[in-house]
Amino acid sequence: MQYFTNIKRSMMSVLEGMAVTFSWLFRRPYTVQWPDKIPEPLEKTLPATYRGLLEVDTRICTACLACEKACPIEVIAIEVDRNSETKERHIVRFDVDAAKCMYCGLCVEQCPTDAIHHTTLFAATTPDIGDLVLTFIKPGERALPFKPKDAPPAAIERGAITQALLDSRRGVE
Amino acid sequence: MWKLTQEFIHKFIPAFEHAWLAYIAGALVAALALLAFASLFAGLASYVERRIAGRIMSRVGPNRVGPQGLFQFVADGLKLVMKEDLVPAGADPILFRIAPYFVFAGMFGTFVVLPFGAHLVAADLDVGIFYLMAITSFVVLGIMLGGWSSNSKWSLFGGLRSAAQIISYEIPAGIALLSVAIFAGTLSTQGIINAQGGLPWDWFAFHSPFSLVAFVIYFIAALAEGNRTPFDLPEAESELVAGYCTEYSGFRFVVFFFAEWANLWIMSAISVLCFLGGWKIPFVNAPEAYSGWLWILLGFVIFSVKTLALVTVVMQLRWTLPRFRLDQMMNLCWKYLIPGAFAALLGTMTVMALFSWDSPAGIAIRFCTFLVGALVVLYYIWRIVANYRADSANYKKLTGQSMWYPPWRLP
Repeated sequence: MQYFTNIKRSMMSVLEGMAVTFSWLFRRPYTVQWPDKIPEPLEKTLPATYRGLLEVDTRICTACLACEKACPIEVIAIEVDRNSETKERHIVRFDVDAAKCMYCGLCVEQCPTDAIHHTTLFAATTPDIGDLVLTFIKPGERALPFKPKDAPPAAIERGAITQALLDSRRGVE
Repeated sequence: MWKLTQEFIHKFIPAFEHAWLAYIAGALVAALALLAFASLFAGLASYVERRIAGRIMSRVGPNRVGPQGLFQFVADGLKLVMKEDLVPAGADPILFRIAPYFVFAGMFGTFVVLPFGAHLVAADLDVGIFYLMAITSFVVLGIMLGGWSSNSKWSLFGGLRSAAQIISYEIPAGIALLSVAIFAGTLSTQGIINAQGGLPWDWFAFHSPFSLVAFVIYFIAALAEGNRTPFDLPEAESELVAGYCTEYSGFRFVVFFFAEWANLWIMSAISVLCFLGGWKIPFVNAPEAYSGWLWILLGFVIFSVKTLALVTVVMQLRWTLPRFRLDQMMNLCWKYLIPGAFAALLGTMTVMALFSWDSPAGIAIRFCTFLVGALVVLYYIWRIVANYRADSANYKKLTGQSMWYPPWRLP
């Protein structure tokens, strides 16, 4: 009798399984068809806490080097030029190697002014890995560190600076 | 079909005075037409299977190459053809090279007797079904050769599993087809179709409850012979990398996969011609009616629709059921399918001896069996709707969108 029960059970379970999979043919697929078949760019729909490419707002950077020290894999390279006579400091280099970055967010936690922060950008594919070094201070440029007692500059949209860097890179190609 | 091509050649190319030349030309034309059909079907089947698999897994599937990804199989084929044809170190080079051709010959040889419609068959052999069983054994030879000659443990395991599986499952398949042969009184594929009718209760699958069992058993055994899931132990990728074709690359790998997908058509077509009435048109039973081109074409369409429906079921089974363990597979064959096939054979013989085809009792049995089959299909449809309904309200609440997205609305 067990024999015929086995046959009946296997037949019924196969039929039920087929019915389940067939019903999935009528359900909406979950796939997000990045990049072209979605109503708005994915960068805009990602949550604000998404840890994407890093961005540095050099206008509010205090050149405290906390992020450089916090980085466990030396992704961030900052050079500060200090004039020994006038005691004036200038940031002359602020590089973030996005190819090396592991998006741990330790630098963002250390930053006192939120100058370095994550964006929702993620698409930075390039034929040359050297392109992934994001240079927030162009060579030859000198930026004054931000003094916390000064009035903060007008806020700009998150991701705009990194996006501009990526765009300028694409223009060169 | 070669008869038609022969007439065609005689008509338009008078140089073919010799019968043997016309014969060879006709055979070549038929072979090329069948090869074109088989390769196109295999390619499109691989694409359709990937799309169906995608939807079952709540994905989209390939939709980038060409309109809706229709040319994905062309891209894949080109990629594979351009790859290097490697022979691994320590492999038996001759056996390794010829193994795919055995698989190909075993698969393609079946097309000789596969009918597509009335008079649309390459050669209507008197031993059609027997020939089918014999020529498909070539496939297991090729798989074993490929597994043995690759000098790889994965390939060897895959080849031996395949041998054990295909040889075991040929027994229930053969016995189930034997009941068809007894019913039709002939082994010829066209003769078997001619013995059935166009309406569902005139199909052999619904001849009696026993022949319905024979149909189910043949279908399961054909799945196993074609190495389709849930019987894909020979190429179980989670255990054996890719089984017997682990070491193959380039064109030889394409041949293996071409055979696998063309085999979808073959096993569905054999099921249709033996059990589901073949190309018979409902209410048209006189053999003279099948001489006009329109009727032949209509028969071809009916045959294709039935076969493609079965192909879809096979594809869906692949993405529904998990793979059997080796002992479970052997259990199923030797403890369930073979006794079942014998019982079906004896039962069919008894019913045939007691009730003739046209007697009222025979018609009543056929109709009742058809009702059972129809009830199973209705129950299946009801379960599909119930499974869909079980989730649709929650989906709407969670996402705010309707869950309804039918397969014909291509994303």
